[in-house]
Amino acid sequence: MGVLVFIEDPDDELSQQAVGFAGALAGDAQAIAFDPSEAYAPAAWAQTLVELAGQRSATAVVAPGTDRGNEVLAHVAAKLDQPMAANCVSATPGDPATVVRMRWGGSLLEEAQVHGSPLLLTAAPHAVAPAPIAEVEIITVTDAASPLDRVVRVLERVPAASGGVSLADAEVVVSGGRGVGSAEGFSVIEELAALLGGAVGCSRAVTSAGWRPHSDQVGQTGTKVSPEIYIACGISGATQHMAGCKGAKRLLAINPDGEASIFASADYAVIGDLHEVVPAISTEIRKARGT
Amino acid sequence: MNILVCVKRVPLTGGKITLTEDAQAIQTRHLGFTVSPHEECAAEEAVRLIELHGGQSTVLTLGPAEAEEQLRDMMAIGIDRGIHLITDGGEWDPQATAAAILDAIRSDAEDFDLLLFGNESADAGNYQVAIRVAAALGLPCVNGIKAINIEPHPPHTLRCEQEVAGGRDVYEVPMPSVVSVLEGINLPRYPSVPGRMRAKRKPLVSTEPERPDAQLPMVRLLLPEGSSKQAEVLGSGAEAAPAVVRILQEIGVV
Repeated sequence: MGVLVFIEDPDDELSQQAVGFAGALAGDAQAIAFDPSEAYAPAAWAQTLVELAGQRSATAVVAPGTDRGNEVLAHVAAKLDQPMAANCVSATPGDPATVVRMRWGGSLLEEAQVHGSPLLLTAAPHAVAPAPIAEVEIITVTDAASPLDRVVRVLERVPAASGGVSLADAEVVVSGGRGVGSAEGFSVIEELAALLGGAVGCSRAVTSAGWRPHSDQVGQTGTKVSPEIYIACGISGATQHMAGCKGAKRLLAINPDGEASIFASADYAVIGDLHEVVPAISTEIRKARGT
Repeated sequence: MNILVCVKRVPLTGGKITLTEDAQAIQTRHLGFTVSPHEECAAEEAVRLIELHGGQSTVLTLGPAEAEEQLRDMMAIGIDRGIHLITDGGEWDPQATAAAILDAIRSDAEDFDLLLFGNESADAGNYQVAIRVAAALGLPCVNGIKAINIEPHPPHTLRCEQEVAGGRDVYEVPMPSVVSVLEGINLPRYPSVPGRMRAKRKPLVSTEPERPDAQLPMVRLLLPEGSSKQAEVLGSGAEAAPAVVRILQEIGVV
C-alpha cells in the first residue's frame, strides 16, 4: 500500500508540488525519478512504473501536470486500461475517488469521479503547496519495456538560439492584442518592452492574423508567463489569453473600452488607445531616467 | 500516404464562462463554435503533408450532429473526406472517446499511415486520447510536437521536434505512427470560398456509436473563485503615463 510519485527532478517546483499533492492523498508517498542517463522514452518509462506499481501494490500513481508528467501517466493509464485524471487541484480517496480538475487551462473546474485502481492522477501546476523531497528513489528502464515501448525516445536535443529575453522567464511582459491593429503597430510595444528589459507577448488573435510568431503568444495554447508585471495593451481578456497570464504578480491593462473583460483581472487600468498611451509611457520612462 | 486527423468541436468562450443551471455544461446559447486550436493545426499539418507527399487525408470527430460544421470547415481547408461519430451532445470520457475512435479506424476501409491528434483538447484537456488509441493499435506515439518532417525515401521515417526548456528534443519514428501536435506547428489557413463550395460535396460517413459507462464521469462543472479584482484606474489616455511610471518605479522595473 502506498503512493508512487513520478517526478522529473527533486529541485523542480512542479515535482515538489506533485509530492505535496500525493502527501495530501495518502501519508506514504514515494518519489521516483529516472536516472539522468536514461533518454526520455515515455512508453518505456510508463512500463517501468506499471511494473513498480504492481510490485509495491501501489494504490495511486501521481505525476506533476507537466508535458512529461501528463504524457508518462497517460501511457501508464493506457497500459493498465484505467482512467486517468489530468491536472487535478484536489483529490479525495474512495471508491470511486473524487477529484476536482482543471478544464480550459484552469478557466473552469470540473468535479469528477475516478473509478478503478490504482488511482492515476497528475497535479495541476500551482494548485498545491510544494513539499520538500527528502528521498528520491532513482530507477532505470525495466527489461519488461518492449521494443515498441522503446521506439519513441529523445534522440538529441537541439539547443535554442540564444539572445533576447525569454517570454516564460521575463520579469516584465508587454503584450499586444487585436487593438494593436497591425504587425507594424507592435513597434510601440517593442520599444516599451526594450526600455523595461522585458519580453514582447501577444494574444492568439495576433498570431492568427500573422502579425507575430506563435512563440510570442501568451495563453492556454501558447506560453504561460509569470512576470512581476504584465502590461496588456489592446487585449480584451478572452479566457484563452487569461489562462496564460494569470501567473503574473500584477496586471496593468490599457484598453479604450472601459467594459473590456480584461479589467476584471487587472490591478491597474488605463482607459485609452494604446497607440497614445504606450509611447507616452516610454517618453515618461526616458524622462525619469534623464535620457 | 494516408493521414487521419481527429478534431473536437468546442465553444468560443470569449471573456467570461457561464454555466447552465444544472452546472453540467457551459452556457453556449450566445456562443459560436470552432475546432480546438491544437487540432486545427493538426488538420492544417495533414493538408500540408499531403500537398508535399501526395495521398489522401481524412478528418474524424466524435460529437453532436452540429459538429458536421467543424468537419466541413476542415474539408474546406483541404481535408479530403470526413468521418462523423455522432453523439447526443453529452460528455464522453477519454477511454470512451478513444474506444469509439478505435472502432472507427478498424472498420474504415482505409489503412492510415499517420494518425494526427491535438496534444490536448481546449475544453476537457485530458492529455490521453492519442496515447490510448496508439496503445490499442500497437503503434508508436509522440506528443506535443511542433515540427514534422517525413523522409522522402522509404522507409519514410518521421522526424518530429518538441519544444522543451532550452531547445528542441528530436524523435524519429517509423510509419504508421500516432503524433499529437501543438498550436504553433503551423499557421492554419483560412478556408477560401471555392474551398467551402468543394467541402460541401466531399464524402462524409457517419455512425452513432454507443457510449460505454464512463470511468471518469463528470459530476459537475465549477467556476474558479472569481479574481474579480477592483482595478486601480491610473487615468485616461496619455495623461496616465506619469502614474504608470510611478507604479513601475514602485515595483522596481524602472
